[in-house]
Amino acid sequence: MNEKGILKTGQIAEVWRRLRRNRAAIVGGVIVLLFVFIAIFAPWLSPYPPNEGELTKRLKPPCREHLLGTDPLGRDLLSRVIYGARISLQVQIISVSIALVVGTLLGMIGGYYGGRLDNLIMRLMDILLAFPGIFLAISIIAVLGPGLTNLMLAAGIYSIPQFARIVRGSVISLKEKEFIEAARAVGEGDIDILFRYLLPNSMAPIIVQTTLRMATVLLTASGLSFLGLGVQPPTAEWGAMLSNARAYLITAPHVATVLGLAIMLVVMGFNLFGDGLRDSLDPRLRE
Amino acid sequence: MGKENTLLSIKNLRTHFYSRGHTIYALDGVSFEIEKGMTFGLVGETGCGKSVTALSILRLIPYPPGKIVQGEIHFKGRNLLRLSEEEIRSIRGKEISMIFQEPMTSLNPVFRIGDQMMEVIMLHQKVGKPVAYERAVEMLERVHMPDARKIMRQFPHQLSGGMRQRAMIAMELSCRPYLLIADEPTTALDVTIQAQILRLLKEMKKEFDTSILLITHDLGVIAEMCDRVGVMYAGSIVEEASVEDIFKDPKHPYTRGLWGAIPRMEEEKETLSVIPGMVPDLSQPPTGCKFHPRCTFRFEPCDRFVPPPAEVSEGHFVACFLYQGKDGNG
Amino acid sequence: MAESLLEVRGLKKYFPIQKGWWKERLYIRAVDGVDLSISRGEVLGLVGESGCGKTTVGRLILKLIEPTEGEIIFEGKDLSKLDKKEIHSLRRSFQIIFQDPFASLNPRMTVAEIVGRPMEIHGLVDRYQRDERVAQLLESVGLQREHLYRYPHEFSGGQRQRIGIARALATKPKLIVADEPTSALDVSVQAQILNLMKELKEVFGLTYLFISHNIGVIRHLSDRVGVMYLGKVVEMGKKKGLFQSPLHPYTKALLAAVPTLDPKKKREEVILEGDVQSPINPPRGCRFHPRCRYALPRCPKEEPLFHFVEEDRSVACHLYG
Repeated sequence: MNEKGILKTGQIAEVWRRLRRNRAAIVGGVIVLLFVFIAIFAPWLSPYPPNEGELTKRLKPPCREHLLGTDPLGRDLLSRVIYGARISLQVQIISVSIALVVGTLLGMIGGYYGGRLDNLIMRLMDILLAFPGIFLAISIIAVLGPGLTNLMLAAGIYSIPQFARIVRGSVISLKEKEFIEAARAVGEGDIDILFRYLLPNSMAPIIVQTTLRMATVLLTASGLSFLGLGVQPPTAEWGAMLSNARAYLITAPHVATVLGLAIMLVVMGFNLFGDGLRDSLDPRLRE
Repeated sequence: MGKENTLLSIKNLRTHFYSRGHTIYALDGVSFEIEKGMTFGLVGETGCGKSVTALSILRLIPYPPGKIVQGEIHFKGRNLLRLSEEEIRSIRGKEISMIFQEPMTSLNPVFRIGDQMMEVIMLHQKVGKPVAYERAVEMLERVHMPDARKIMRQFPHQLSGGMRQRAMIAMELSCRPYLLIADEPTTALDVTIQAQILRLLKEMKKEFDTSILLITHDLGVIAEMCDRVGVMYAGSIVEEASVEDIFKDPKHPYTRGLWGAIPRMEEEKETLSVIPGMVPDLSQPPTGCKFHPRCTFRFEPCDRFVPPPAEVSEGHFVACFLYQGKDGNG
Repeated sequence: MAESLLEVRGLKKYFPIQKGWWKERLYIRAVDGVDLSISRGEVLGLVGESGCGKTTVGRLILKLIEPTEGEIIFEGKDLSKLDKKEIHSLRRSFQIIFQDPFASLNPRMTVAEIVGRPMEIHGLVDRYQRDERVAQLLESVGLQREHLYRYPHEFSGGQRQRIGIARALATKPKLIVADEPTSALDVSVQAQILNLMKELKEVFGLTYLFISHNIGVIRHLSDRVGVMYLGKVVEMGKKKGLFQSPLHPYTKALLAAVPTLDPKKKREEVILEGDVQSPINPPRGCRFHPRCRYALPRCPKEEPLFHFVEEDRSVACHLYG
């Protein structure tokens, strides 16, 4: 049968068939789709502008006009959660893309060339991995300064090693295969071997990692914003909003609850979907 | 049933596999008999069902996805398909043993050769450890392992491929089985090592009076080892004869095609004869004779009826319409 | 004798391995001094058992790995003296057919890309001609035009091997190294591939280095045969002579070990005892001497030279020295 990590066009149907059977993955997939939908159509979905509040309506509990109530500045919480999805998705996409591109490149180069270059790259990755994730991100922000761009950069950098390691492993197992030798025999250059042969055959683990990283990055970004190191007010970002709501935990617990739930749900969605995807793509779990 | 000295008799065996709503007709009515002291060869190409036959005899077909749906397997007068799980387990390894292409898959890599052999001996012969040890050493010496006591302490990966196969044979013969099933026993080995193992198998067969069911795709091995041969194609035996007859006078078009496709050591041919087409998909086997889409001799009944085996000369059976009516009785 | 296309002299390849805690440097002597030559239009069969180095010889000749020592002269050019660019442009002249038809094709490429890439790399076609040329090639290896845009997994083993052959032919090479091209196939499919290779040799004027452990296959296809044992060629000669009267004791044992298709013919009892020695620490003198029934006192001490004993027959054995 097929080796791990090799995904062929004919297999996509097979992967879909297996994915469909996995109930948790379907739940995760639906959550993810919903989240993306909300993020894209936020301006049409939200009942109020996110940053305009009436101070007379501070911290109102859920009611007919404000389905989720209002926040400490009298802004509609539902609208802010919906707009928050946008920011979250933006942070996720950009930082995971940074990690994906840089990590995949480093992993491919290390795995393919091996030797000293590989050693250098992997020791660098080990250094990044040696720090606890959030601590690393905090250090990066401490150097670059807080803000949305730097937040995305920090979350991206700290995800690089994960991609690098996975891609390197895949490339190392693939490069011994005869079709790589065949490519060399017909005169393919290194760049072509990397991008036409090794990369397409490493797609399965990369896809899974991308999905799972989406969850981690969201959590990190929210955490940093919560600490005041990420997105700055008044931008509607879940972590920052949560931090703000903390002061009113006793008087208006619904604000923190709603934000916490939103973060949890999306993280869970990506995790469930990613896990399901991995199970469907990994032939070792085949029946 | 059967003749006096029949050891194993398989009748109309059908084993199917179920996968994603398809039924794969892996065995579609296989019948043959093995007499005491005989080596019966099953030969055929990948996917013809020769290994499934072996696993069916020992009832080792995993369920799901596989199932023996019909047939009888009589071994020493008992129908193996009727036995309880416990009864068949006491037959496996004791009365019927099996060796595989790659001994590494059946030897446990984390136990020493000696411990594995002793376990089998203690289990089936109900003897204590010291006796089992001596018997294991004796068996290793019998298969010409140099320094048997040292081999007892070694792990499977410390032995070469040929040595592993010897250890495997020693282990499987330690309970003096009536029948040894050898599934491609030399396919993974080099020719000079293959020659050693084949010689050993012949020697062991004589010494232990064991019958052998030899499964292989290598016609050379068949010619060297077997008394009778069954040629399998797409889940059924298309021709069965003594080894002399089948090499001197192959009848079935598939057998002839197969024989002609081999580059021979002893004669030279410019081009090899070729069987056109491909092995059929066993989830949608052709109607009638399964070989008919590739057969150059096919005629009117071939795609509609399954040809029953006909005896063309004494002990030579061919399942082909070209030879129907020549058997005198039907 | 015809003009020689490829000349190999004193070819050696040692693979380093590290053993034990102290990382003692050891070498696997995969190929340890091989001489051979292939004339234009000829098929040289290289036969031997696993670990004898025959596959490594093929890889060395194709410059897929670098030799430790020795010369490879292709069409009068010493490959070790060429720079990267020259090697690259020479690659179109020698190609390879692999053993495993499942592992040797990129699963993410269509047949058109697999077979067309070599043409593109060497600038033999522009983008518009490529698929047409691939289609013609597919037809000449017994596949059809409509297979162009399919992926490898949609084909059977034999068909995949045909794709592999088409890829090897794409650059119109002069030499093709076929490394066990039929070992993974069933006999009836093997026959198809062998017939095809024979036919293509005539049509395209090819020269083959045919590597196999299957003596029947080697005999069917080769003009001359070299027998390898533990990194060395022990005997080489015209097929007919070598098969009729093998000289080297190893060749004798190897040929005798092949089961014949005649059940009545009892094999001569010249079964070789023991296993092949380790290529890390090969026996001194003649490498075959520990298993040789004719070993002379000098065999463990002196290494026999590979020399001509008659016209077009060379052997490395003290019995003929």
